[in-house]
Formats: sequence, C-alpha cells, structure tokens
Amino acid sequence: MGREGSPLTGEGAALSVSGGRPTPRAGGRRLGEWLIHRLLLLCALVSIFTTIGIILSLATQTVEFFRHVPILDFLTDTRWAPLFEPAHFGILPLVAGTVMVAIGASLVALPLGLATAIYLSEYAPDGLRRVVKPVLEVLAGIPTVVYGYFALTLVTPILRHFVPEASVFNAASASLVMGIMIIPMVSSLSEDAMMAVPRSLREAAYALGATRLEVSTRVVVPAALSGIVASFILAISRAIGETMIVTLAAGATPRLTVNPFEGIQTMTAYIVQVSLGDTPVGSIAYRSIFAVGMSLFVITLAMNVLGNLVVRRYREVY
Amino acid sequence: MSAQSGRNLNRRRRTGQVSYGLFLVATLVGIVALFLLLGDVFCKGVGWLDWQFLTSLPSRFPERSGISSALWGSLWLIGLTALFSLPIGVGTAIYLEEYARRGWLTRVIQTNISNLAGVPSVVYGILGLAAFVRALALGRSVLAGALTMTLLILPIVIVASQEAIRAVSASQRDASYALGATRWQTVRRIVLPAALPGILTGIILALARALGEAAPLIMIGALMFVPFVPTSPLDQFSVLPIQIFNWTARPQQEFRLIAAAAIIVLLAVLLTMNAAAVLLRNKYQKKAEE
Repeated sequence: MGREGSPLTGEGAALSVSGGRPTPRAGGRRLGEWLIHRLLLLCALVSIFTTIGIILSLATQTVEFFRHVPILDFLTDTRWAPLFEPAHFGILPLVAGTVMVAIGASLVALPLGLATAIYLSEYAPDGLRRVVKPVLEVLAGIPTVVYGYFALTLVTPILRHFVPEASVFNAASASLVMGIMIIPMVSSLSEDAMMAVPRSLREAAYALGATRLEVSTRVVVPAALSGIVASFILAISRAIGETMIVTLAAGATPRLTVNPFEGIQTMTAYIVQVSLGDTPVGSIAYRSIFAVGMSLFVITLAMNVLGNLVVRRYREVY
Repeated sequence: MSAQSGRNLNRRRRTGQVSYGLFLVATLVGIVALFLLLGDVFCKGVGWLDWQFLTSLPSRFPERSGISSALWGSLWLIGLTALFSLPIGVGTAIYLEEYARRGWLTRVIQTNISNLAGVPSVVYGILGLAAFVRALALGRSVLAGALTMTLLILPIVIVASQEAIRAVSASQRDASYALGATRWQTVRRIVLPAALPGILTGIILALARALGEAAPLIMIGALMFVPFVPTSPLDQFSVLPIQIFNWTARPQQEFRLIAAAAIIVLLAVLLTMNAAAVLLRNKYQKKAEE
C-alpha cells in the first residue's frame, strides 16, 4: 500500500480521476501505461521519419543542383562528365548502364530462378528440398562486395579468355554475377507462391491425364502468376539498386552503349565514385550525387510499389 | 486413332523428361556457383590467413597487412547497431501488433516499412551523410555509421519481430487479461518471453546483413586506410567489407590474395551468426512442439 500510494500526485491522480476508477494503484498504472503507449508509438514513427529524412535530404540538394543544371539537360543530354570542362550532366548514360546490367542480371536470374522454383515446388523430393533451400539462402546472404570480388577476379578473366576484346571492367561479368546473386530472391518468392496453390488443382489436372510438366506450366505457374511476377519486379529493383558488384567490376566510364563487353557506369557506382574522391562539399559534382540518388530512389520505389501492388491486386485467394 | 494418341503420349512423356532435366540443371547452377565462389576464395586466401593477419594493422606492404582495425571497426559498428535497432525495432513491432488500432496511421506505417525494405542501401548512405555526418555533426564516426545501419536494418528487425509476436497464441493473452493484467504487463510477462527466440533470430540475421554492407558506409565516409583501432563511438573507422573492397580494387595480385583472406574471415563470422540463428529457431520450435 505504502509503495503504491506514491504516484497519487501530479498527473497520475488527475488521470485516474478522469479515468473513472480513482484508486491510487490504478492511477499510477494508468500513467505508466499511457507513457509506454506513447513511447512505443514514437518507435513506430521512426520509420516514418526515416522516409521523410530520405526525401528531404535528397530533395534539398537536388533542388540546388537543378539551379545550376537545367532539368531538361539532365534528362536529355547524352553525356555525363561532371568533372570535365565544360561539364555535362546528362543522366542517360548512367541510366543506360544501370538498365543494361539489370537486363543482363534478369536474363540470368529470371529463367534460372523460376526453373529452380518449379523444381523445388513440383519435382524435388521433400528431403532434397530441405537441403537445397538453405544452401540457396546462403547464396542470398553473401555480402555484395564478395560477389564483386568474384566478378572481377574470377569471372572477368574467364570471360576475357573466351571474348578477348572484352575490357577489364565490363558490364557482362557484373550482370552475370549479379544474376546469380538474385536467383534466390526469384526462386524463394516464386516457390512460396507455387506452394500456396492448392493440391486439389494439381490433382484435377493429373486426373485429366496431364503430365507433371503440363501440371506445372499450365496449372501451377498460371495460378501463382501474381507471386511470380512480383518476385521478378522485386528482383529487378534489387539489381538496379545494387552497388558494390558494379563499382568493382563494371567500370567507371559513363557511356551510351549496347556492347556488354565495354566498361560502363551505373547510377549507384557513380554515387560511390564521387564519395570516394575528395569532391568539395557544396560543389555541383557533390550535389549531383543527390540528384542521381533521387532518380535511383524514385525508380526503385516505383518498382517496389508496383511489385507489392501486383501481389495484393491479382493474388488468387483459395 | 489409338496409334496416333500413343505417339502423342510418348512425345509428351519425352518432353516431360527433358524439361525435368532442365529444371534440375537450373537448380544446380546456383549451387555450383556458390561452391565455385567459396572454393575460389578459399584457395586464394587460406595461405595468408594466420594470427598475424588478424592482429596487424593495414599496411602498404601486403605481407605485413592485417585486418585488426577493420575487424574491430566491424565489431564496434555491429554492437552499436544492435544497441539502437533492438529497442526501436521491437518497440515498433509491439506497437503495431499489440497497441495500434486498425486505422489509417497503422496502415501508413506498415506500408512505409515494406517500402523502406526495398530502398537501395546506397540511398541510406546518402541519408546518413546528410543527417548524421552533416546535420547532427557526428562526423565520419562509428556512431554515424551505426545510426545509418540501424535505419537500414530496422525494416528487417520490425517484420521479424512482428511475425514472432503474431505467433504467440491469443489464448495466452486472454488468460493474462482475464487475471486483470494491463496491456503492458501482458506484453512484458507473456508476449515478449514467448516471442523472444523468434525476435532474436530476426535480429541476428539483420545484423549479419549490416555486417556485410559496404556501400552506405563508403557514402558516410568510412575510411579506406585506417591504421588504428577505434576506441570510442566518435572515432573514425573502417569495416571488413570496406577493407575487402579497398584491397580488391588495387591492381597488385598480392592485395587481391589478402582480400580473399579477409573474405574468409568475414564469411566465417557471417556463417557463425547464421548458424546461431538457425540453432535458436530449431530449439524454439522443439520447445513449442512439446
């Protein structure tokens, strides 16, 4: 009693009166509960503030950047040369480099990831699946800088053995390695979607005399299509935002090209390149990383929203 | 008629077998690539791995170089990140699962978290540079790095904690409320203890992710060459992934070999963390089945 009597002063008492049960114990408790509720809400708001912080920090410097570089030049100029005189700030070469690497990675990861998902969900015996899945998860847990090492020191020399005109830094080996990195993303999300397809659909198809392949490709894959498409979109978005592989292996020469064996530069690699150098704070080159970062943020956000939308909109509910 | 359908059936069976082979090969590609990668790194790096490599500072000479400062930098970073992300992440999960009413605010927070999970890590680096290094004037310190990493892994921590909390059965909560416990008492004495293994598993995996990140820390200016071990949260620092990046980017063959040795150390730490998470999960699942 003596211990619990103490909160009977200040806000605790006021609260307990308004709360209806004016015992001292309930009053102290209610104040505590109220405080904890607010504290937890504050924690939850951190994520909102993070988003606001990202947008604000990108936007303020981006606006400054566009005071010096007309936005039309930024979007249409075909040269990116921020450190030369006269400087050029056309983001197209960086976007082209990013898109090329992302397409290359998709060409590797989407078919392989989907085939892996079909194998694991429709063909593999239970014991094998229990071994293969964690091994693929290890692939997803390896740091990207290690993949960059792999691309530069192992894949590129092998590639140059077969394609002698390929340069030391090239888009092809970065794409290939990035594709391997995102296989687990595609396969695990797609497999989840396929596992959610009810057995009865498969059994109906088998009863009609369909082979395993026909059941997989004409029943299960169409039924799980929203999950599969979403996994594709999220994996491509990941490829666009990936940084260390392209910084190490794809080069630092912004270039509008369709030749994957040349060196290029992606948006992410440019941002890292500038922050590695000693560009003075407040210069246009320094501000350009915020403009490029803003473009990157908008592109990946749009793709993620689209991916989540596909899942929610077109999911078949069984 | 029947002969034709028999031929047709044979063709369908053959196609089925061929595609079975293709699916199997596709699955093996990822696994073969993994072992190729691990084998390559191991062969190149294992010869450089000794006690001296773990305890020496980086140097201009590869044979005298070590990862002591990067290893300590990584430990500092992970420790501080755990310190910040644990209360905020678990607090958010408790709020969303136990306190929040299903309204627009909850929906906004939840959508926001899933969108934050997809933001490229380098963008978090830009946020860290603008907010922590410049606006809060923390400089290029371990503290600024840890705060940046906290924001980066928060979505992972929150989602894992939410799943763990959701898995606690409603009957346990109801029993607690029926005995007159308040909401917080129920959370602290019933929900959190039951959800703890799941929460810890999620946090270990999130910290493993933070341990492997290089790009955001390059953005906030973690150094390439750090010939000292950090002794306070405001010291400058390097981490293992950045040390690996630095050595890999050099043209000399020897530096690439010690990069491989550093990769072995990094992967060993990550593997230990993942194994701990798996063990924790298994132990918990067994307990839940009993």
